[in-house]
Amino acid sequence: MPTHAINLKKMHYHYKNSPASDAGISITQWQVDIAERIFLHGNSGSGKTTLLNLLCGILIPTSGSISLFDNNICVLSSSKRDVFRAKNIGVVSQKFNLIPYLSVLKNIQLAAYFAKNSRSDVNNDVQPLLKALQLPSHIIHRQVSQLSVGQQQRVAIARALINHPRLLLVDEPTSALDLSAKNAFMDLLMKLCDNTKTTLIFVSHDASLSHYFDSSLDISTFSKTKKIITL
Amino acid sequence: MILLSVALHSLLSRKKTVILTFFSLTISIVVLLSIEHIRLQAKESFNRTISGVDLIVGAPSGQLNLLLYSVFRMGSPANNINYTSFTMLENRQLVDWAIPISLGDSHRGFRVVGTNNSYFTHYLYGKKEPLKFKQGSEFSSLFEVVIGSDVAKKLNYNLGDKIIIAHGIGNISFTKHEQAPFAISGILAPTGTPVDKSVHVSLGAIEAIHLSPIALKKLINNPETIPAVPKSITAIMLKLKSKFSTFRLQREINNYPTDRLMAVLPGVAMTELWSLMATVENLLRAIAVLVLISSLFGLSTMLLASMNERQTEIAVLRVLGAGPVTLLLLILLEAVILVSLAIIMSTLVLTLALFSLDAWLAAEFGLFLSNNIFTMELMRLISIIFIATLVVSLFPGIEAYKHALHSQLSKN
Repeated sequence: MPTHAINLKKMHYHYKNSPASDAGISITQWQVDIAERIFLHGNSGSGKTTLLNLLCGILIPTSGSISLFDNNICVLSSSKRDVFRAKNIGVVSQKFNLIPYLSVLKNIQLAAYFAKNSRSDVNNDVQPLLKALQLPSHIIHRQVSQLSVGQQQRVAIARALINHPRLLLVDEPTSALDLSAKNAFMDLLMKLCDNTKTTLIFVSHDASLSHYFDSSLDISTFSKTKKIITL
Repeated sequence: MILLSVALHSLLSRKKTVILTFFSLTISIVVLLSIEHIRLQAKESFNRTISGVDLIVGAPSGQLNLLLYSVFRMGSPANNINYTSFTMLENRQLVDWAIPISLGDSHRGFRVVGTNNSYFTHYLYGKKEPLKFKQGSEFSSLFEVVIGSDVAKKLNYNLGDKIIIAHGIGNISFTKHEQAPFAISGILAPTGTPVDKSVHVSLGAIEAIHLSPIALKKLINNPETIPAVPKSITAIMLKLKSKFSTFRLQREINNYPTDRLMAVLPGVAMTELWSLMATVENLLRAIAVLVLISSLFGLSTMLLASMNERQTEIAVLRVLGAGPVTLLLLILLEAVILVSLAIIMSTLVLTLALFSLDAWLAAEFGLFLSNNIFTMELMRLISIIFIATLVVSLFPGIEAYKHALHSQLSKN
């Protein structure tokens, strides 16, 4: 059993194409327990999304290490890292969630394909997942671009959860939703994470959502180790 | 498999540009394939016209001229040669067989060829294939004719039908010899050569249709009175017992004192004739290739231009775990799908066109095109198109790769 879901050690990331004087992001030590739910907030441009990019292996730290479930993803080859991400990490972001011209089912199957998930499994899983997300089952063959924003966000969750990821990274998913939709969405997300014991990192400006989480973390607190978040 | 479906849907999501690109590709591939097909077919039907003949003898003119009228039945002979020259050559030790050819008359637009029965036993075309009779047999009397398969088909002639042979080679001749009725004794099987469009009669018959009406009438009443040997013929096809004597005999014929003769080697003349067309051929090919290249660049441009709107798509795929190489493959796949569809479409168009224009091309230009376009050469051409597609779509592919490398969850 891995001890921690996330373990960052002396991680430093320096923005590309920015002057050397720019400190970038430095995190000396950060650990997140398995099934823990973290609310990550901070001002715009404080590096929240960059941190998510680092956590899912799309960006590589300049130095230090990022271990997810005891796997140091920084030392993996880029293709292995891609597979690791596909298998272990579900990502729901502000906008880049779904391929608009594909059907709901195809989008979800695609996620399974990259995780090398066998297909029969996937098709069986889709329906209950959509049901849990309160999506009508007939939308499964609809093109994503024909769905409402709220529906798209929920499909994005379904897609992120299809491979039973151990880590779910969520970036401002509620910014396009109204208040009631927002609350319904959060309730649903929490319930699903509870059921699957998924570790959740949730990034948002919206401090009103913090009560859903085990702990709340301002990204600027990492700056205790000095000058971390500068852009 | 799922990548294929993604590529397909991605294309479908950009219908307008994709359809335009598809048409441009289809048109250029049709042009390329049809030019190549016509070229190959023309060359093949050209080369299959005559085979197994070592020397063609006629009145001195150019070797191309002699070849054109004696083999391709095009143009008019400049002069005739004496029939005695034919008998002289036929009886030479070196000569295996000789076919006399007498031209200058026509039947409803088809050339009449005066010859003897050695034509049907010895004439070879294609890969040394002899002429075959579909119906009937060679002529046995003066007023019998053997027609080529096209003649029978076009004019709807059957065995035993009576036809009239006119003097002159126009479609409508003022001096139609109404009094000389011929009966069809044989119909040849199709050969894909000018033989299909020829009406064959005996040398005596050629003499007969040029007789005065009174003499002709007398002859019809009593066919035995015809002098079986004509005074002159147009050309002679010679097959020698040994190819080694070809040049010797050619020299002898060219220096023959009693008649003015010229002998040409059909192979040499054919090559010269074909080389006249080679410039045009190469020009056409070059144009076709340029058209294809330009529409492939169109494809590449279309994919490249789509790259901006695909940032989202690329980011999503990256998050899902697709590597940059997968994205490059996806772009190549899109290009290949589009080109494959264009190729399928163009082969369909081309096959349909060949089926419907078949008769017209044969009648107007004497082009005998096969409807089967799936030859080795065209298959090779199609694989070259695919390779070119892959090369050209590497540009947008690499662009997608780069985008994928730098793609992030959101851009600040």
